[in-house]
Amino acid sequence: MNKGDKLQHKIIYSVAVSVFFCICLPFLLPSLSLAGKPIRIGVYLPMTGPVAAFGQMEWAGIQAAHQMRPTVLGRQVELVLVDEKSDRIEAANAVSRLLKKEKIQAIIGSATSSNTMAGSALSEKAKIPMVSPTATLPLVTQNKKYVFRVCFIDSFQGEAAAMFAYRNLKARRVAVIVDRAQDYCVGLASYFKKAFTHLGGKIVSMAYCQTGDQDFSAQLTSIPASQSDLLYLPNYYAEDALIARQACELGLNIPILSADGAQAPELIKIGGKAVEGLYLLAHFAPEGAATPLAKEFMEFFKKTRHEETSGFHALGADAYFVLLDAIKRAGRTDGDAIRTALASTRGFGGVSGIIKIGPDGNAVKSAVILQVRGGQFKYLTIVKPW
Amino acid sequence: MDLSLFLQQLLNGISLGSLYALIAIGYTMVYGIIRLINFAHGDILMVSTYFAYFGISVYALPWWLSVVMAILLTALLGILIDLGAYRPVRHAPRISALITAIGVSFLLENLGLVVFGGRPKAFYRPDFLDKTYELGGVRVFSLSIWVPLVTALLLALVFLLLYRTRVGAAMRAVAKDMEMVQLMGIDVNRVISLTFAVGSALAAAGGIMWAMKYPQINPLMGIIPGLKAFVAAVIGGIGNIHGAVLGGLLLGITEILLVAFLPSLAGYRDAFAFILLILILLFRPTGLAGKDTIG
Repeated sequence: MNKGDKLQHKIIYSVAVSVFFCICLPFLLPSLSLAGKPIRIGVYLPMTGPVAAFGQMEWAGIQAAHQMRPTVLGRQVELVLVDEKSDRIEAANAVSRLLKKEKIQAIIGSATSSNTMAGSALSEKAKIPMVSPTATLPLVTQNKKYVFRVCFIDSFQGEAAAMFAYRNLKARRVAVIVDRAQDYCVGLASYFKKAFTHLGGKIVSMAYCQTGDQDFSAQLTSIPASQSDLLYLPNYYAEDALIARQACELGLNIPILSADGAQAPELIKIGGKAVEGLYLLAHFAPEGAATPLAKEFMEFFKKTRHEETSGFHALGADAYFVLLDAIKRAGRTDGDAIRTALASTRGFGGVSGIIKIGPDGNAVKSAVILQVRGGQFKYLTIVKPW
Repeated sequence: MDLSLFLQQLLNGISLGSLYALIAIGYTMVYGIIRLINFAHGDILMVSTYFAYFGISVYALPWWLSVVMAILLTALLGILIDLGAYRPVRHAPRISALITAIGVSFLLENLGLVVFGGRPKAFYRPDFLDKTYELGGVRVFSLSIWVPLVTALLLALVFLLLYRTRVGAAMRAVAKDMEMVQLMGIDVNRVISLTFAVGSALAAAGGIMWAMKYPQINPLMGIIPGLKAFVAAVIGGIGNIHGAVLGGLLLGITEILLVAFLPSLAGYRDAFAFILLILILLFRPTGLAGKDTIG
């Protein structure tokens, strides 16, 4: 046998051994863990595409929460992530894959309202409970028995924003640019409009754009003529950052008020000086965190991820913690048992505050108002639900 | 709408339109020479902005050096794409090359998602481009002046290359009759490689100007500029270089004026661009500037 043959044998042998181990591994692992089959929780989030920042932050929060509490009912919890690519059709595909192929017991997702609705149509039919971290459009849970969320809803957010604009910022004439391609943006804009006109203010300019638009000069140019004293942007961070920049370039120097969809580091990175002073409503501020779980999570998150906890981390984690709590109280993992337990969540001390699931599957929670100062989101005040 | 407001909107339109034009030049040049609609043009543009981003923000090079390097690297990428994807199907039916181009486009997008990540990155803008001037009630943003200047300069350079150099003569010859040129002893593959290098460098120039104007880059950012540039090229008559500039300006201005005059239709501006494409293809398939193609 010559040298080359020897080498070949060695390679074949080592490949065979490693293949053998790879095949055996799945059989060995469960026998090492103490009890039963793992509980599988499906997660579908936008990991890529226009709102990838939400998905990636929520996933980081969910993963950290999972590391903190990896077991329930004495069984391991397994997370299965599918990317919904910030796309409605992909969101439906993701949920259908979770339901049919991954055999999950419950679902966490998604980050945006439109895509959560695209996915929940399927999970509702399969009677699998779903908890969305941040889908805020009221419609998301209406007439849905198995869909829940851990965030506030836009009817509350729009009203809170209108009150803040009218009372604190003393705005009377507001210009709005709204992303027409997102149910969230359209819904929020109309709640704001209703509440603001009810307070006695006026919407003097209503302009539209579309997710992924880069040029807003045409919409912004017509705003000065309307003599507005506030620009309201109920959109996602990528559009809001570019709108703010172009408003600066066109010399539009009125304050900007934005919404929870703008709370991503990208808003500040892309917006730069133009977003300095921008106000926004948000779900969570570390300064406002009070529950023991929040303290524990923020410490854990800082230690493992070397990052401060932001709103989307917190809500991702809360979706996981609330679901875990429901599974624990249900004592079983069938869809209906988890659903009943979720619906009866009361006074759960989550990361983003005390969570109570209302009759329609919505969390009743307070909002915080932040302002961008010195390139950071700074806590201004808290708005309690009324 | 008063005059200054109208002028402002017109300027917004020229500013956007000259960006479309800049991207469309490379698109239409490649088509004019090798009759391939390079659907990956927009994605090559995207990659170039990441090259520049890495130079500026990661390796902390001066911005102009990063831009030059990004353009050179993108030209190289163009050559590699031609070598790996288009050369093997050079003599296959034209539809194969078109499908290959779509494949390259998807490959670059998804590679971008894996390598660069899906979250947008902020693009650097040099200070001298970040100024605004006030001219009789109209606000002029300095990039709105620079982009048309760069477009005009590159247009002139492309004409110089095509009509005043030996390589340009070879390119025009390839455009006329590829087989015959081969018989005349010209290395067709080299000429086409060079065409892709120039086309990609033009995409890079367009992409970097785009990223400076809209300082946010992500792996899918090339799709819409690429499609709009394609529409601009078809409006002007695909293969016709000054037609592409005309088409780009026309598209940009009509888009802005549509949003300005009919604000409720603002969500449909992309749809409008594609309706324009369909109309042009129906009623004037050779484009507005006609069939004055390269060669």
